[in-house]
This record gives sequence, C-alpha cells and structure tokens, in this order.
Amino acid sequence: MKTNKTYNLQFLLLFVILVLCFFTNISLGSVSIPFKSIFNGLFGTIENSSWQVIITDFRLPKAITAILVGSGLGISGLLMQTLFRNPLAGPFVLGISSGASLGVALVILGSGLFGGLFATALTTKWSIVIAASLGSFLVLLAVLAVSNRVRDTMAILIIGLMFGSITAAVVSVLSYFSSAEQLQQYIFWGFGSLSNLSWSELIIFFGIYLVGLLLSILSIKGLNSLLLGDNYAKSLGLNLKQNRLVIIIATSLIAGTITAFAGPIAFIGLAIPHLTRQIFTTSNHKILLPAVCLFGAIIMLICDSIAQIPGSDYVLPINAITALVGAPVVIWLLVRQRKMIF
Amino acid sequence: MSKDAKNTILKTENLSIGYKTKKGDTVVASTINFELRQGQLIGLVGANGIGKSTLLRTLIKVQPNLSGSIFLNHKDLKETSTIELAKQLSIVLTEQLTSKNLSVYELVALGRHPYTNWIGNLSTEDTQKVNEAIELVNISDLKEKKCFELSDGQLQKVMIARALAQDTDIIVLDEPTTHLDMYHKAYILKLLQKLTKETGKTILFSSHEIDLAIQLCDTMIVMTNDSLVCDQPCNLIEDGVFNSLFPKDMIAFDTKTGSFKITQ
Repeated sequence: MKTNKTYNLQFLLLFVILVLCFFTNISLGSVSIPFKSIFNGLFGTIENSSWQVIITDFRLPKAITAILVGSGLGISGLLMQTLFRNPLAGPFVLGISSGASLGVALVILGSGLFGGLFATALTTKWSIVIAASLGSFLVLLAVLAVSNRVRDTMAILIIGLMFGSITAAVVSVLSYFSSAEQLQQYIFWGFGSLSNLSWSELIIFFGIYLVGLLLSILSIKGLNSLLLGDNYAKSLGLNLKQNRLVIIIATSLIAGTITAFAGPIAFIGLAIPHLTRQIFTTSNHKILLPAVCLFGAIIMLICDSIAQIPGSDYVLPINAITALVGAPVVIWLLVRQRKMIF
Repeated sequence: MSKDAKNTILKTENLSIGYKTKKGDTVVASTINFELRQGQLIGLVGANGIGKSTLLRTLIKVQPNLSGSIFLNHKDLKETSTIELAKQLSIVLTEQLTSKNLSVYELVALGRHPYTNWIGNLSTEDTQKVNEAIELVNISDLKEKKCFELSDGQLQKVMIARALAQDTDIIVLDEPTTHLDMYHKAYILKLLQKLTKETGKTILFSSHEIDLAIQLCDTMIVMTNDSLVCDQPCNLIEDGVFNSLFPKDMIAFDTKTGSFKITQ
C-alpha cells in the first residue's frame, strides 16, 4: 500500500528521542555517574571499574530490556487490534499473560506443596521464566487449537478472555492456600521488572523477539488487507487462516517471552498503538509497525527512568508506572471516542 | 454460438444454494441456470429474504454451494484458488470497513494486492491502474481525504474504484444503492453502466431499485419464490415476470411505465 505522505521527519525525530531517552535512562540510577563517563563506559574505556560494572552489567542490559519490552508490546498490541478489529484489544487478549501467571503461580504458590529442598530449587529465577513460558505456551496452544475450528475472529477474542478468567480463578484458589511469604513473591513477579536480566538471558530474549518481529513484518501486507474486513481481505487473495495463524504466533512469541522475562507488564501494549495512530494519522502497517516499535521503546525507557526516582535509592514497580501512564490514555480514548482514529 | 461461448464470464449449471447444517441442507434456491457475458450490466432483483445475498455470496465463493457448479472464465469455481479468483473477480459489499482511517488513495491501492509483492509495494503499472480507477469513477478530488470524512455516496464510489483497480473480469456488488438518496442511487447505477461500456467489464449487482435497473441493465436476474429468470429487461416485462415478484395486495407492476404502483 502506498501512502502519498512520507513520514521521514517523524521517524527521524522519534529516533533522536529514542537515542536521548536511552542515554538518559543509562545515566540515571542510585549511583550517580557523570554523563561523560557514561559514554566512556559504553565503549569500555572508563577509568572507574565499579562504574564500568554498573553500566555494562546493570544499566545497559536494563535499558536494552526496556527497548525490547516496549517495542515488543507495542507490536503485539498493534497486531491484536488489527486482527480482532477491536481498539481495546491488547497483546494479552489471547490469554498469554494469564497463562504465564498460572505457570508462575503454580511454581511460587504451589511450591509449598512439594516442601523442603525441592521448593527452593523450584523458585529460582530460571524456573519462573520456564514456568511463565510454559504457561503462556500451553494457553496459546489451546487458543490455537480452538481458533482452527472457529471461523469467526471475534470468537477467538472471547475464548482468550475465557481462558484468562479460568486461570485467574485457579490463581486465586492457589493464593488462598499459600503463605504470606509466597504470596509476596508472586505479587512481586506481578509488578514486572526490567532489571536482573543477564546478558545470556538477554540474548535468548532477543532471539525469540527477533523471530516474532520477522513474522510481524511478513504479515504487513495481510494486516493491511484486514483493514477492509475478512471478506474483502479474502477477495484480495489473502489466505485468512494462515495469516491469522502467523499473526497469533508472532504475538505469542513476543508477548510470551516478555512476560516470562519481565513479568506481566500492563497497558503498554494497548496504549502504544493508539498513541502512534494519533501522531501518524494512518492505519498503514508499513508505517505503523516501525512507528509502534520506536514509540513503545521510548515510552518504556521513560517509564523506567521515572520508576527509578532519579536521585534516590528506591525503584518503583514498573507496572505501577506503565499503568499510571496507560490508564489515563485509555480513559482519554474513551472520552474522545467519536474522533478516535482506528 | 461459439463466439458467445467465448464471451461468457460467469455461468451456473443446476446451481443449488443455501446453508449446510447438521440437520440437513436448507435450500434457498435450486436449479439456477444463467450465463453472464462480457461487458454486460446485470441487475439481480427479488423480494427481501428471497436469497439474493446468498446467491451473490455463493458466486463470490464466500459460501459453498449445495450442488451444481459455477464456472468463472470456463473454470469450475471450486478449482479456482483464492489468488486466481482475486485476479478475476472483485467485490463491493454492504459490510462496514474495519478501519476508515485510510486515505482514499490508500484504499483504492489496496485493490492491487493480488499483484503486488510480499510487502505490498506498488509498481509503476500498479500506480497507473490505481490512478485510472480513480479517474474512471471521478473521485480525483477525494484522493487525499480519509475514508471517515466521506459521505455514504462518496464511499460507495471509492469502493467501486477499489474493485476497478483490482482489474478483474467481473465485479460483483451487493446492494450498492442502499443508504443512498434517489439521486445517488441513479448516479451509482449509471456509473456502473458507464463502466461496463468503457472498460468491457461484467458488472453484477443486487438491488431493490427495480425501475432503475429495468432502464439501465442489459440483463436482469429476477428471483421469486419458485423460479429464477435471467433475460433482457424488455423480455421480462413482456413475460410478466415482475408481476410475480411481490404479493399483489399492496403494489402491482405497471408494464407501460416499467415501475411499481400502489394498488388502490
């Protein structure tokens, strides 16, 4: 699809803002490091070795995580909103986040059932990542199995929400029988976190993200024909079922890994595509896809910078900040719905 | 005879349409036989609920037929792939667009999807076809407008331009004149007539504007409870087909004026 307008200026501007946010994010933290040393630190030529460790092992991975999480959630939100023709769809409508929550809840809250040494082994970081991935993967498989039998795209949306309710119910039953300590650990996972990712974890994260991104790029043409509706898309030669499958897999890969590594981060996936449409005033996915990437990354970096409360030792839960940014956006969208661009 | 056969774009043979359910088939209409030729404007008329939409949905392969066959360019529709079909048949439906946040140009350009590469970039030929379609339908002044800014009549023209840009042998429109005022109803149908003449495409549309269709169409398909007739409008009037279209307690067909009158 060709657009008469080119958006080069907007893209350039967004990219510059992204770079600025990236450096600001790295320069902020409980230990204050001068801006000049940050540059040296990034290239490994810093004089202070503890600063070097802080930058390369903590702040840099965290900033990269923020970029991956923000852009990834933006992409999956965009894919879901177009696929489900619903402006309120987000990356988690397929039950991905609830699946992950169930997996993590089983590991953390259910670990008491196994007791002793086994319990401590279960609640390591990797076991949580694996449990979250398995959980979201299993829910996804269920949704995929159902979606192959269901013709109506809307039905998949409802089924995803139903899976969400079921898993939420199981989680509350588990919480009822858990100790306060376990509950606290589960709640902390639910806050979401961009830090604590090692470089090796980041590489795995990035690898899966890249596959999802590639699938999304391959679906651009299909997504554009879906703007006309299912029947028109089919009349344009689109293989609806195959296209739907690719879009769902791409979303699950991206949103699933993000939830596994960073927890269930709310609102970003829903709010970013809307913000992007307001600024780029188009529905062409060839423009929107790179735009939500940039926008998501920027917002996530900003949220993370706010979460660190510049100049203090406290770090607020990232989920609280994204919701504080996201909820007003959703409200604003509903209030001005008559002019909402979708 | 052989020349006629060459010009046939769409043909049905003992077609039976309806819905497949677990309890058995619900037949809406059966033994449908007609042939649509190149460059013709064909109007499909019938009372509400008689199965016009079902017939159109079956012809555009949205819905499977119960029995019989449909031939598009002499090939069974069942054996025509989605992408082959997209290059031979385009549609204009009554359903709302999912997103109206597209410019008119972008929307018309979507019609080129069967021909564009994996990401949908337009070649020079594609751009040319898009511009041609926009000019044929006379919407050059709307090119930059967003679809949500358009009136119903304008949007209908844009949708027709999109179907034209798809560059197919036949265009099928489901009730293109609903929601339009009298002037725009006539305008759209007149436009369709002009398009068949200028582009040589076959255009099939369903409509409730029987009097307009009688004046403009080359061929009409009339669906009634017990039969489906396909002929030239004047022959249909002579045979009194329109009289059987509706129950006679309210309106009756007047053969002199070619329109329906309230019965006193």
